[in-house]
Amino acid sequence: MVANEAELRGLMRAGLRGDAAAYRVLLSRLSANLRAYYKGRLSRIGRSATEAEDLTQEALMAIHARRHTYDPTAPLLPWVHAIARYKLIDHLRHTHASMLDLPIENAEDIIAHDDNVSAESAYDLKKLLDNLPTKMRRAIELTKLEGLSVAEAASQCNMSESDVKISVHRGLKALGAAITRKKALL
Amino acid sequence: MRTDDLIELLSTNVEPVDHRPTVRNIRMAIVAGILAALTIVLSVLGPRGDLTSLGNFIPAIFKVAATAIILIPASIYLIKLSHPGGEHKTPVILVLFPFIAVIVLAVLSLASTPSSHWQGVILSDAWLECVISIPLIAIVPFAVITWTVRQMAPTDLARTGAFVGLVAGCISAIGYAFHCVDDSVPFIALWYGGTIALCTFAGWRLGPKILRW
Repeated sequence: MVANEAELRGLMRAGLRGDAAAYRVLLSRLSANLRAYYKGRLSRIGRSATEAEDLTQEALMAIHARRHTYDPTAPLLPWVHAIARYKLIDHLRHTHASMLDLPIENAEDIIAHDDNVSAESAYDLKKLLDNLPTKMRRAIELTKLEGLSVAEAASQCNMSESDVKISVHRGLKALGAAITRKKALL
Repeated sequence: MRTDDLIELLSTNVEPVDHRPTVRNIRMAIVAGILAALTIVLSVLGPRGDLTSLGNFIPAIFKVAATAIILIPASIYLIKLSHPGGEHKTPVILVLFPFIAVIVLAVLSLASTPSSHWQGVILSDAWLECVISIPLIAIVPFAVITWTVRQMAPTDLARTGAFVGLVAGCISAIGYAFHCVDDSVPFIALWYGGTIALCTFAGWRLGPKILRW
């Protein structure tokens, strides 16, 4: 468990410095932990695997959009666990669940199990992207889906590099927020 | 959407980020709130006119200091609470100590006052103005701090909301102290303490709605 914390924290720190490979490993490791965590909690109240996958993706988006709130000198798992649990409680509250009083948990619960059997979530990336302002959508498509560098993307859509970076950042945040908003209307 | 696709999306061309500005932003929001409260009090209500003599200056400073010793620990806790998981690091009880200290002082002060004067000490002229002004002025710092704290992703919204309310209430009371001419300790304990507690309660109730992210 301790080794796991140290290893994941190392990946997170590298990711915060802009190491994409380390960051990808971190997210995929965390996604297996998150999936197991959500499946375990949701199956007890008879919810589907798709719902667990939705939450896994929401938590990943939240971890990404809020990664600036992680203090690299502090343990990583309590931070991840707090976000995972927050998203679970928020989800249950907005889908009329009666199980609002989740049992007290330890931060280690978040890495208690792995689950690599991923299903598809109910979210449609294309539809989510289509609802973004054009500038944000283009910036995400070019740098994140087509894998162009920020400089290449900037010259292709006549924006400055910092403009591209800001659009990507805001766009990803808006994707997460769009899901959160939709839930509030349920 | 497949989770692997999302991971690919998030990690491609990932930008380096710095965590330091987040704490600075909350500090700046608190300072901005203090400046806003002072501006409102001095321009709308006006400063107290008797600050020319030292005898009046000391009680005015006392009021500001009494509120500041609540504000400072509350601000430190708010900064911790604003981060995901911060609620596990904040024993709320420590923030109650300054409150209790002011109440003890008030009781001691009342005990040394003849009971026939109690009404004058507690219900002096300005109590109604105080009760209305402090929560109203608190709205501005409350809004500024709420907006900043939301960016930080707090995970215990009710408790974080309560601390936003507490900090905003203290800021407002500090501003109001520059207008208010009532200096008796029981007055401060009851009406300043009461309105700050009211702001805390409001923040606690509003937190889950307005801090959601």
